[in-house]
Amino acid sequence: MAQEFWRWKESAWHDESMDPSKAQIITAGCDVGSVSSQAVIMLDGQLYAFANMRTGSDSPNSANNVMNWALKDLTLKLEDIHYIIGTGYGRVNVPFAHRAITEISCHARGGNFMYGPTVRTILDMGGQDCKAIRCDDKGKVTAFLMNDKCAAGTGRGMEVMADLLSVPIEDVGEMSLDVEEEPPPVSSTCVIFAKSEATGLLRKGWPKKKVLAAYCAAMAHRVVTLLERMGVEKDFAITGGIGKNVGVVRRIEKELGVTALTPKIDSQIAGALGAALFAKAVVEKERRG
Amino acid sequence: MITAGIDMGAKTIKVVILKDGQIIGRGNVFSGFETRESAEEALRLALDEAGLTLKDIQTIYATGAGRKEAPHAVNDITEVGADARGIFNLFPKVRTLIDVGAEEGRGIKCSAEGKVIDFVVNEKCAAGAGSFTESMARALEVSLEDFGKISLTSNKEIPMNAQCAVFAESEVVSLIHAKTPKADIAKSVHDAIASRIISMVRRVGIDQEVALIGGVAYNVGFVDALKRGLESDVIIPENPEYIGALGAALAAAENTN
Amino acid sequence: MQANYGYKDGSGEFYITIDTDKCNGCAKCIEACPPKVLEMIVNDYDEEVVAVSDAQRQKIKYACAPCKPMTGPRELPCVKVCEPGAIAHSW
Repeated sequence: MAQEFWRWKESAWHDESMDPSKAQIITAGCDVGSVSSQAVIMLDGQLYAFANMRTGSDSPNSANNVMNWALKDLTLKLEDIHYIIGTGYGRVNVPFAHRAITEISCHARGGNFMYGPTVRTILDMGGQDCKAIRCDDKGKVTAFLMNDKCAAGTGRGMEVMADLLSVPIEDVGEMSLDVEEEPPPVSSTCVIFAKSEATGLLRKGWPKKKVLAAYCAAMAHRVVTLLERMGVEKDFAITGGIGKNVGVVRRIEKELGVTALTPKIDSQIAGALGAALFAKAVVEKERRG
Repeated sequence: MITAGIDMGAKTIKVVILKDGQIIGRGNVFSGFETRESAEEALRLALDEAGLTLKDIQTIYATGAGRKEAPHAVNDITEVGADARGIFNLFPKVRTLIDVGAEEGRGIKCSAEGKVIDFVVNEKCAAGAGSFTESMARALEVSLEDFGKISLTSNKEIPMNAQCAVFAESEVVSLIHAKTPKADIAKSVHDAIASRIISMVRRVGIDQEVALIGGVAYNVGFVDALKRGLESDVIIPENPEYIGALGAALAAAENTN
Repeated sequence: MQANYGYKDGSGEFYITIDTDKCNGCAKCIEACPPKVLEMIVNDYDEEVVAVSDAQRQKIKYACAPCKPMTGPRELPCVKVCEPGAIAHSW
């Protein structure tokens, strides 16, 4: 099997200034994706702690692992959390969740929190899927379009190319922008065929960064056509692993003629964040009686 | 009269030399990245077998994805047209022709006169063509030939969720980790692609006789899955990957006079 | 809400769009669909609406193929039977 070029930094964080014993509503969201998993803990709708790690091959345990990591340095225990919502591709595998909600709805809610009430269009480029979401000022979904059938436009598709070129995936974006002139995009959207095409380009003497530029351009274009099917309304934001790939992001922005909002926190936690917020709404509704 | 047909396929280039309606030479070379050179090589192989030189050939027609790059061809015809002509020459009763190559799958409805009435193509997606089985064979670390063979030894159905060659590869790796027998995985892969091809061909209607051509026709696992899915027998001509080139050579002969 | 189910791959774009604001949950489309591509769900906003089933979502090009012959008249049973016009195909 190929060397793992897709190692990016896992992280865990919490706000030391916050005190869970003073919180009225403690909720959590757990997003188990095909490639990465996140857990988010909120106190009265304020972000308290989160963890972001690779799902790995042990998907059923990923939820436990990422939640334990988020809780690791806290006095808070799992039992203290009032309501937990699971989401993501593996949302059926969050054993401690009280309920599951789709990633689409969670991403919209989380995006609304992260980027503010002006965000109307969210593009999430995940490990094995690509989602385009339109939402209102409260983070409610007004339209969505998801593609998890085809690897083109997903992290996996990018991995295949990074693997072929022996480039660590975190470096792909920067390298692809380091070209004097933008090359024509690879003609195939299909990752398998794009891989053959890339091999041919390398043989023709193209430097790696030029091949990456051609591939990022193709991926960006493909994603833009997906977005345009749904319609793009400002403000626009990008979440998910490929959202950290500047090569793809810049090209998407250029083709759309719209600049994406910059997140102040790790955009990969958007789903889990939305789940924790949904959980808060459930608790509030229950307490109202 | 001696004519030749060059099928500039995505993965392999096939050449057929036809003398008075009989095939006297064949050549098959990987397309590679220098397709013109590969085509010349395939032509050389066919000429050697026929015991001829290039000058002896009156007309050369081309077909296939890269047909505009074919050397020495004076004209080119579509793959669909070439396929239909080729199969009509060998099996005139065929009404539904299925051609599965490395990068494309096609379904062609043929008339009693060997003309194309209708066709449907699965292009630009590896899951609908030979590249799919190749990727899966690689993931299982078996040769493509063995991949087809071992699938015949299984009678277990393992649902495969992934509809993309890249995701299916990951799915296969997980199945292997879970100790699923390779034969069962092989069967599921072949069933999946056969099912996709059949769904596609249904869009032009399936009428007897049904024939299968293209490189994937050598895959015994695929052929078995196709027959089961269609619930009918399928004609597979000898040297099924050459039918397109044959069609081109026949078209060249028809138009040389 | 415009719910788009399906995918885009190298061979094209294949989406079935359900307008959940128009869908009245009558389920006639579910009955009318031969390969059973559609099903009733309660979505995250507690609305009872039609959706494309998870099992079929990634292969609707193939699932819907019987209703989409290459030539000849084409009438999609799901679209025909939907009174509020809540369902649409992109191909």
